Amino acid sequence: MPNAVSALNGKAFSGFAQITEAGLQGMITLRGDLASPVIAEAVRAATGTPVPGPRQVVSAGGKSALWMSPDELLLLVPYADAAGIAAQLTPALSGEHALAVNVSDARAMFRIQGAKAAQVLQKLAPVDFDTLGADEVRRSRLAQVAAAMWKSGPDEFTVIGFRSVAGYIMGLLENAALPGSEIA
Amino acid sequence: MSTRLARGGRLIDRSKPITISFNGRRMPAFLGDTLASAVLANDQMMVGRSFKYHRPRGIMASGAEEPNALVGLGAGPRFEPNQRMTTTEAFDGAETASQNHWPSLEFDIGAINNKFSRFLPGGFYYKTFMWPRSFWKNVYEPFIRQSAGLGKVPTDRDADRYEQAYAYADVVVVGAGIAGLTAALGAARSGKRVIVLEMTPACGGRAVVDGFAIDGQPAEGWVAAAVDTLRGMDNVTLMTRTMATGLYDHGYLMAAQRIADHTPGDGRPKQRLWRIRTAEVITATGAIERPLSFAGNDIPGVMLAAAVRDYAVNYGISIGDRTVIVTNNDDAYRTALALLDAGLTVPAVIDARPTVTGALPQAVRDRGVRVLEGRGIAKVHGGKRVTGVEVCVQAGEGAMIEELGCDCVAMSGGWSPVVHLWSHCGGKLLWDEARAMFRPDANRPPLGADGRGMVRAVGAANGMLTPDEVLTDAHAAFGDGTAPQTNAPDEARMEPVWIMPQGAGPKLRAKMWLDPQNDVKVSDVQLAAREGYESVEHTKRYTTLGMATDQGKISNINGLAVLSDALHQQIPATGTTTFRPPYTPLTLGTIAAEARGEIFQPLRRTPIHEWHEAHGVEWEPVGLWRRPFCYKRAGETTHAAVNREVRNTRTNLGLLDASTLGKILVKGPDAGKFLDMLYTGVMSTLPVGKCRYGLMCNEQGFLSDDGVVVRLSEDSWLCHTTSGGADRIHGWMEDWLQCEWWDWKVYTANLTEQFAQIAVVGPNARKVLEKLGGMDVSKATLPFMTFAEGQLGGFNARVFRISFSGELSYEIAVPASEGRAFWEKLIEAGQEFGVMPYGTECLHILRAEKGFIMIGDETDGTVIPQDLNMAWAISKKKPDYLGKRGQERSFLASPDRWKLVGLETLDGSVLPEGAYAVAPGVNANGQRNVQGRVTSTYFSPTLNRGIAMGLVKHGPDRMGEVLDFPGDGGKVHQARIVDQVFYDKEGAKNDA
Amino acid sequence: MLILECPCCGVKAEETELAPGGEAHLKRYGPGSSDEDFDNYMFARANPKGVHFERWRHAYGCGKWFLAARCTATLEVFGTYPAQTTEPPAELQAYIKSRRPEWEGYK
Repeated sequence: MPNAVSALNGKAFSGFAQITEAGLQGMITLRGDLASPVIAEAVRAATGTPVPGPRQVVSAGGKSALWMSPDELLLLVPYADAAGIAAQLTPALSGEHALAVNVSDARAMFRIQGAKAAQVLQKLAPVDFDTLGADEVRRSRLAQVAAAMWKSGPDEFTVIGFRSVAGYIMGLLENAALPGSEIA
Repeated sequence: MSTRLARGGRLIDRSKPITISFNGRRMPAFLGDTLASAVLANDQMMVGRSFKYHRPRGIMASGAEEPNALVGLGAGPRFEPNQRMTTTEAFDGAETASQNHWPSLEFDIGAINNKFSRFLPGGFYYKTFMWPRSFWKNVYEPFIRQSAGLGKVPTDRDADRYEQAYAYADVVVVGAGIAGLTAALGAARSGKRVIVLEMTPACGGRAVVDGFAIDGQPAEGWVAAAVDTLRGMDNVTLMTRTMATGLYDHGYLMAAQRIADHTPGDGRPKQRLWRIRTAEVITATGAIERPLSFAGNDIPGVMLAAAVRDYAVNYGISIGDRTVIVTNNDDAYRTALALLDAGLTVPAVIDARPTVTGALPQAVRDRGVRVLEGRGIAKVHGGKRVTGVEVCVQAGEGAMIEELGCDCVAMSGGWSPVVHLWSHCGGKLLWDEARAMFRPDANRPPLGADGRGMVRAVGAANGMLTPDEVLTDAHAAFGDGTAPQTNAPDEARMEPVWIMPQGAGPKLRAKMWLDPQNDVKVSDVQLAAREGYESVEHTKRYTTLGMATDQGKISNINGLAVLSDALHQQIPATGTTTFRPPYTPLTLGTIAAEARGEIFQPLRRTPIHEWHEAHGVEWEPVGLWRRPFCYKRAGETTHAAVNREVRNTRTNLGLLDASTLGKILVKGPDAGKFLDMLYTGVMSTLPVGKCRYGLMCNEQGFLSDDGVVVRLSEDSWLCHTTSGGADRIHGWMEDWLQCEWWDWKVYTANLTEQFAQIAVVGPNARKVLEKLGGMDVSKATLPFMTFAEGQLGGFNARVFRISFSGELSYEIAVPASEGRAFWEKLIEAGQEFGVMPYGTECLHILRAEKGFIMIGDETDGTVIPQDLNMAWAISKKKPDYLGKRGQERSFLASPDRWKLVGLETLDGSVLPEGAYAVAPGVNANGQRNVQGRVTSTYFSPTLNRGIAMGLVKHGPDRMGEVLDFPGDGGKVHQARIVDQVFYDKEGAKNDA
Repeated sequence: MLILECPCCGVKAEETELAPGGEAHLKRYGPGSSDEDFDNYMFARANPKGVHFERWRHAYGCGKWFLAARCTATLEVFGTYPAQTTEPPAELQAYIKSRRPEWEGYK
């Protein structure tokens, strides 16, 4: 754990929006029947949130649960707690057909901040950000790689992608945020 | 000569002078000029030469339909060929150069083609360049390439950047003339999300030039107010300098926005390609004026009538002092009025219609200008510039009635709606006999995702040519209430004129240009018809009509009218050629956008990537991953490095970054049953804590992937895949679980990137792990093909005792975030044991020495496990697995299939990759028969000789036989069939 | 470029977010099946000009496979539906029939 380093170790870039690799972030993939009360209880224990509805993100006390597919959630918890929470989920879900696994290290997370943050993503993702809900997670692609993104604050988006392509994602975001390339 | 007038020019800013250059000549201009207006202001009428005959070419039009005026713009890393002068904004310091001439624009050797034009008729490519065959390569092609002078390819890397962006709308209105603005206002007021695209920098289209009043105020003021209104609405985005280039399925519209074309180097992206999705498209793209076909209509100074008017009104330019107007419609009279207003002379208006009435001609007559009814132009005089015209009777054969001196001819053959966007995605056209035009057939629009029309054409794009018709039509798209009204006069009917004069003989017809860029004349199309080219698509290709960079915007209708006449059929029977995107050429930069340099494509890096980079790595691309091929020391060759890595791993200790291996978690009550279907072997019986090698086949039975499967717990397994196979196999699993066995209780998770995985290989492998401490990795506690979890040197680790090298070997997975630290710890701890990192080439040699197969080398999508003597990995008891039925097919069960063997050259050399073993005789095609091929071949530093594996017919039964493998340069390599395991056959080393 | 609404997550995904998977509703033939059945399962694919049922995966989205009915000639999309079914839902078939009266129906 003391040796842990996120994919880009917090790399940052300042363009017409601020781009930051968000550092180590605990993430747990939870698959199961999302309507099950057992799952609901397990999610509440892990994140303090209810089970999110389709394409929804719900947050409480710095933890979040993201709806990823009809049978999959991504739980965001502090990095140091992720392995422990994932380990506790498995007994909590015993008797339930479910899968809970720590994926913190398989991902990289980015924040895009600024009044024109949406424009950075508008150049890379086939997503209508005007109609994206305030608590809606959109899984799509950024140029050539998969990503999940949501509006995490008034002038902020959060993006999660795969760790191995973190450098590519950072390159895309930096390029899209270059000063002078604002959209109108 | 063409000059700048003292007054006028609504688009130029006379307070902002700039200088451009054309062929090295500096020319004063103003901000707001296009390159075309800038050179015309400086009497540069001739701007290029035609494609085939190298005839002088001048500017003909004022917009995107311009066929002639293409220049190279800029220099070095900002050089761009084929820039259309009429749509490119002038900027201070713009350097332009004409194209398609040699040695100079004024004196061009290729113009000699003009003298031989009777030898270069339509189809000359096919007639002239066919034989003798050897001439094609040595004579014709170099000649064509030399002559085909449409711009030079830039040689430098583009200094500019480009980008793309996505946008979404309910309605996209293309064109911000009065039709587009009216439709946009209607759509916006109904609350729809609207995007308006205008290709030029300014809105208003033709109305602001033609100068009538709309709802009581001058068109210019009405347009400005409409634009202000739209810009003030939150639900509207109005983009100028943005060309809608193409419409595709389901409302997908591409539009190229010029951002810094006219301000190069200001730090902004040069262009942005918009990828727009919209429920509906309104095409308000206007119409393009048609030229008239009379002899010499290509001489510089002959221009479209509306273009002459545009240059006068928009840019304050006089094309000539004396402009003869020739027309078949009323609209061209507006040009006469505009020129008269500018103080210029109009010697006469030549009108092909027998009687000319109407308000606009009357206004011209009232100014004292002669209107010659029922007349045409027989011939234009002049070479590099018009000097006069011969007037004739339109109904006759071209006998001269009188000669008119002039230095400009403004011609108008009527108007063609711009139907490109309508047509791109399947919208159909109808022939409007009264207006002599193809226009959108509202009953057959392009269809959207819901099967309903997704495009509506309005205004001139819909064939409505008078201002009131335009506004009424556009208003009806969304509006309620009454449409805006104009004070524009009524216009009398135009009369189609396809050849001028109607009875022109061959001599005149051979000088009537249809397509001035590609040098296609009336006579060429008529010849094509005589030679049997009845389809318009065939005629297009035979004559090259409309195949130039302007894609026949001004020439196509005239061309197919001539063709129809020659075929004695009606125009609709001939039809049009296909309209394909883009409307005007797109620069490749916008298509590539961000995908260049570092982010050309995603590069997948393992957590240890940077360490490799700092330690002499030579990379090998594996899918999108980069894996170390080997690590070179100072002065070392690749080959030497690989050999060193092999020897060291066999004798001391090697480390391999195996993080790219796929790692898929499969969990659930039915996971065992599922894996038994997926793999050829049995995974459900694997005890917890144990590992088993498995093969996966596709449904045809062919090998698709392999790897070690680990039983993590009672209901969970971890499946290792090949590096390239992780995503594919995970997708394959999900496909079967979601689409075939959806009632099976199985979940999967792709954990490939969660872990850094390091292979610790060699006789000292156990020693270094023991030194790290924390886990018992002894032979007794952690025997071959088992795994354990624990703490190793302070790292959370999962240790697999598996081997792909024949050596004592562990693969250790740690969280990816700690991968680099763990690797460095192993390197440090391994120093006393002779540790060295090794790359994929070493990995390949180690496995080949042991006769292990590699997916992608021994397999190529046509190989089944049985071919590789791997029947041991196939369960005979299982009733079913993916690929089992496929493998039962007769040709896969045949004993004659090529099977895996080892191959050892007689002289110790290395067999060439992919070499074939020949057999006696020849096949039906006269080729040598073959009986096998090399699948893997390496120099083995361990054995100090070449080793190989290959697939050979009846191979395992032919041990000791020598096969011939012809190689390059007539050399035949001889190799003996041997056992595929070359090294440590007993497995003693792995057993250590 | 197509847009298909993923019935699993509700996103109107464009084609670049999807992966195509060929004809839908194929029945798998395993060991013991006749050569003809296996051959048909493996290789014979419908290629109609008109109504067609296809498999798509929302590859860049929720990762789920779904099925789509569309017209190969006009690209009209009649509907999308979950992959966990052996034939198109009755209401979808009825809708297709209303849009394409000449359609022979799902066999």
